[in-house]
This record gives sequence, structure tokens and C-alpha cells, in this order.
Amino acid sequence: MSSEDKTIFTRPEAMTDVITHYCPGCTHGVIHRLVAEAIDSLGVREITVGVAPVGCSVLAYNYFNTDFLEAPHGRAPALATGFKRLRPDMIVFTYQGDGDLISIGMSEIVHAANRGEKFTTIFVNNAIYGMTGGQMAPTTLQGQITTTCPAGRDLENTGYPIKMVELLSGLMTPMYLERVSVHSPQHIIKTKRAIKRAFEYQIENTCFSLIEILSTCPTNWGRTPEESTVWLEENMLPYYPLGCFREPEKEKD
Amino acid sequence: MAKVLMKGNEAIAEAALKAGANNYFCYPITPQTEVAEYLAKRMPEVGGVFLQGESELAVANMIFGASTTGKRVFTTSSSPGISLMQEAISYMAGAQLPVVIVNIMRGGPGLGGILPAQSDYFQATKGGGHGDYRILVLAPSTIQEAVDLMMLSFHLADKYRNPVMMIGDGMIGQMMEPVEFPKHYEEPELPPKDWAITGAKNRKPFVIKSLFLDPQALEDNSWLLHAKYQEMKKNEVRFENYKINDDNQTLLIAYGTMARICQTAIDRLEDENISVGLFRPITLFPFPEKQIYNEVIKKNIKNILVVEMSTGQMFEDVERVVRGKKKLIFYGRTGGIVPSPEEVIEQVKKIIGKKIKKKA
Repeated sequence: MSSEDKTIFTRPEAMTDVITHYCPGCTHGVIHRLVAEAIDSLGVREITVGVAPVGCSVLAYNYFNTDFLEAPHGRAPALATGFKRLRPDMIVFTYQGDGDLISIGMSEIVHAANRGEKFTTIFVNNAIYGMTGGQMAPTTLQGQITTTCPAGRDLENTGYPIKMVELLSGLMTPMYLERVSVHSPQHIIKTKRAIKRAFEYQIENTCFSLIEILSTCPTNWGRTPEESTVWLEENMLPYYPLGCFREPEKEKD
Repeated sequence: MAKVLMKGNEAIAEAALKAGANNYFCYPITPQTEVAEYLAKRMPEVGGVFLQGESELAVANMIFGASTTGKRVFTTSSSPGISLMQEAISYMAGAQLPVVIVNIMRGGPGLGGILPAQSDYFQATKGGGHGDYRILVLAPSTIQEAVDLMMLSFHLADKYRNPVMMIGDGMIGQMMEPVEFPKHYEEPELPPKDWAITGAKNRKPFVIKSLFLDPQALEDNSWLLHAKYQEMKKNEVRFENYKINDDNQTLLIAYGTMARICQTAIDRLEDENISVGLFRPITLFPFPEKQIYNEVIKKNIKNILVVEMSTGQMFEDVERVVRGKKKLIFYGRTGGIVPSPEEVIEQVKKIIGKKIKKKA
């Protein structure tokens, strides 16, 4: 490499040199990278512990170059609470899918957020259960076909898809909540910014933070990766509006 | 230190602090809530962590997360709450985490009642959650012993990197007795907690998990745990004999509060020249297998009565140990009913064929 050459793209230090098990076109890899970049840019890799969920990202601990815990299904916020209360000097994040976070783990996340636990939740919403092979999730859209709603999700029978950041927004406790998406480069950049901000709020010991990231599941949606990004844009964005829902700084005014 | 009069639940809480366990997560449930109330006041004084969680499910997972720091953590609950904790207990056993859980047992099944019972013996000693695992189970019969065993629980948890459960019935939690705390809790040296999550600084990342997708790795982990349980069986069996001698024709086997009631019965029977001994397991896992067998097969022992505040749970372990060598008789009350010494005396007399004196 000559002195004029400049490295513009490398593996983040917070990621391991391991090939992931994710399906082609899955956006977990992108999101992992964004989380790792945030950790690197804030210089906290050596004091960070992640909490892996049960779901497609159950093996996240293989891909992050940080300490990690593997939680029971839905309980990552409880583990994170226990850890962070004893080690407030460390940086703690949970990485959870829609089934893990808001189906089986709804109680744990709502109460952790309400207590204002100073950790960060990366919530990946792809509107389906991925690891078990495409079952209905709390975020599955109306009419969306899954293996457990083969005729399409029927709201009469199963209720409406849960809007998580809106639901948490109803809590009085100060917190940072933002919904972003990774279906286009522009949105990936916005997602990166939001994740970094979430970690900053934790480092400053300000508040609980949760970033909901709209994500694709080409395998279980039965679409190509490219079709999946279009499907996300046309179907998920209208129902799950992007943007910052709660931010402590704004609330001070 | 001088003796102080304390309620069982409060004494258990103070004992944990003495053992350096300054991190406590809880959810209210009768009859153990006083532990939480006591620590809500005491924890700020010692600069520890006190947190009331949203459910026992969450609390058990909080101690799971907290224990990975390498610091001493614990929770207390009662039967229905302990059922909710089984998920995390299985994970913590699989991931080899040292935590202490106290079960101040009440009557079940289901919501049951709030009065003392010993009906969680199976749950505590046979695993409780899913998978091939065991936890150490200690059963005090006095408040002083609850204090001593509570401190010991933290030591054993660290020694074996395993969950430890102390089970006392509601009586142990609610009763008041004079107790003595050591000025400084002294314990044998423990291995360093070089597995704790402290951040991947100058070392490779640590992962604490119970997931082994490769069946060989999972089998290896299961045999590793099994070997640890064998070590516990070798080193940690604890029990107490009461008035066991060659004149005994009858042997009682009981633990916890029930053992104490049996002692009173034995004292009164002695006044009537009826010689009865008591074998009291202190560790329920590991179970004093050889020790019970050796007492039971003694030639002078004609009658063996197992007494429990359940419909017969430890009884099955005694049966297993005795292997049909002698006839075993069971007496139990449950649902929150605590047998009186008179009831035990009546049972003993019935067995040995003595007429029961009618009260004047």
C-alpha cells in the first residue's frame, strides 16, 4: 500500500472474522455491522456486553467481538437489567427480534423501559418469526401470509400488529425511541446515526434507549432480497412510520 | 456477637449481607415478603443493589444477568414464584452460574395456600426446570441454622459455580428466634472468578450461554455438569442425628420444621420409656443416601417412619435408598397443616402397638 492509499472500508473491530449463518439478503448482517461501528466509534468495545435473544440472532455472540450473554426467549431486558445494575460502568445492549421482544418478552421490555434502565435495545422488526420458519409475529401485517396464518393475518382473530415504539411512547419515563429502516443506503445511514445516538445516551447515563429497525426476511417472506426491500417500503413503512418518537433532549423544552 | 431476636425472613436477609451478597432482586409473595421489606431498608445502608422486579420470571433472569458479573446475588420467593423461576434456574445451571435462591414454601399445587408446607421437595431436588441438571438444596430446621446455611449457600454456589436453593417452610420464614451472626463471615478460599463478564479488554470475548447446537458439545456439557454433581455427592452431604442409639426400635426421618416437631415428640416418648431416634437430612440434594441406609439397616431398628408436610415426596428418596430392605411407613399432613408433636407420638405408638393415653 503506498502512502497515498487510504483504507476506506474495513471490518469493524467490534465484529469477529466469522461468516454469519444468516440467509442471503437478510439484513441482520447490516444491522450487526452498524451496531459494531457505533461501538467502535464510541471506543467502548472493551467495556461492552451484548445480550443475545432467542431467534435468528441467537448466535449474535459469535459475530460481535465483545463479551456476550445468551438469554432465555424474551428475557434479554431482565438479564441486561441485572447486569447493568451491578455494573453501571459497563455498556449493555440487547439485540432482539419481534417475537422475542414483543411477544414472549413484552413484559420484560416494558418494565425495563419504564424503570429507565440505562441499556440499549436493538429491536429488529421483520414482521415474522424467522428461525422457526416463518410463523406469525406480533408485528405481522394485516393480510400477510405466514405458516400459522396461511390465509393472511386476520385482525378479527389476532388483533392488530403491535407498534412497539408507539406503545413505549406512552410511558412517562424519559427515554430515547426511534424507528428506522435498512431497506436502502440512505436509511442505513440514518439507522447508523440512531444506533450511535442510543449508545451515546447510555454512555451519558441519560436514559433507556430502543431503536426499532425495520428489516427484511426474504426466505420466510418468499421474496428475493430486492423484492423484499420493495415489499418493506410499500407495506411496512405506511404502517410503521419512521422517526424519533421520544428523546430526552427534546422533552426538556 | 450477642444474640438478637429476629424473624426468620429477616435473619435470612441479614445472613446474606454477612456473606457479602449485596445484590438482591425480588418480587413480593407470602410468606417470604419480609425478606424484601427488610432488604429495601438495609441495602442502601450497605451500598448494595435492591430491585423489585415485575415478576418472578423477570427476577430470576435479573439474577441470571447479575451473576455473570461475578458478584454474589440472590433472590427469595415462595412456591408459586419459584415455579416461575424454573426457566432461569435451568439456564443458570446449564451456564454454570453461582446464585442463591430461597424458597419459603407454602402449600400447593396451584395457588394453594399461604401456610407452611414441604411440598416443593420434588421441584427442588429433581431439577425443577427442563434438562439434565441438579441444584444444591439445603433445608434448615431453626432460624439459627437458616442463618448458617444461608451464608454457606453462597460459598457452595461459588465453589461449584451452580445455583443453590435453601428451602424452608413458611414456619422458618415467619417464626422469631434468637440468632447469632458472626462478626465476619469466614470461609475457605474459593477459586478466582476468571469466567466473569468484565469486558473483552486484553482478552478474547467471553460468552456465557447454555446453547450447544452441536449434540456432542451438549452431551459434553451435560457430563461435565454430571461430574460436578457427583463431586457434590462426595463432599457436601450434611445431616444430623438426634437421640440415635442402640436402644431405638423406631427411627424417624424428617427435615426442616418437621424434624424439629419430631424432636419434641421424641423427647416426650422418652419420658414414657419409648426410645426413638431421628435422622434429619440437612442437604436434600445431595441426599444422605448411605447415611440413611446405614441407620435403617441397623438390627435394633424395627420401625421406620418418614414424616413430612407433604403427601410423601422425600419418602420416595428414602424408599430408593433403602431398596426394600425394610418396611417404611409414611405420615404426612399438607395444605398448610403442620403436624403437632402429639400427632407424631400417636403415629409412633400406633406403629409399635402401644395404646395411646387419652388426655385427662
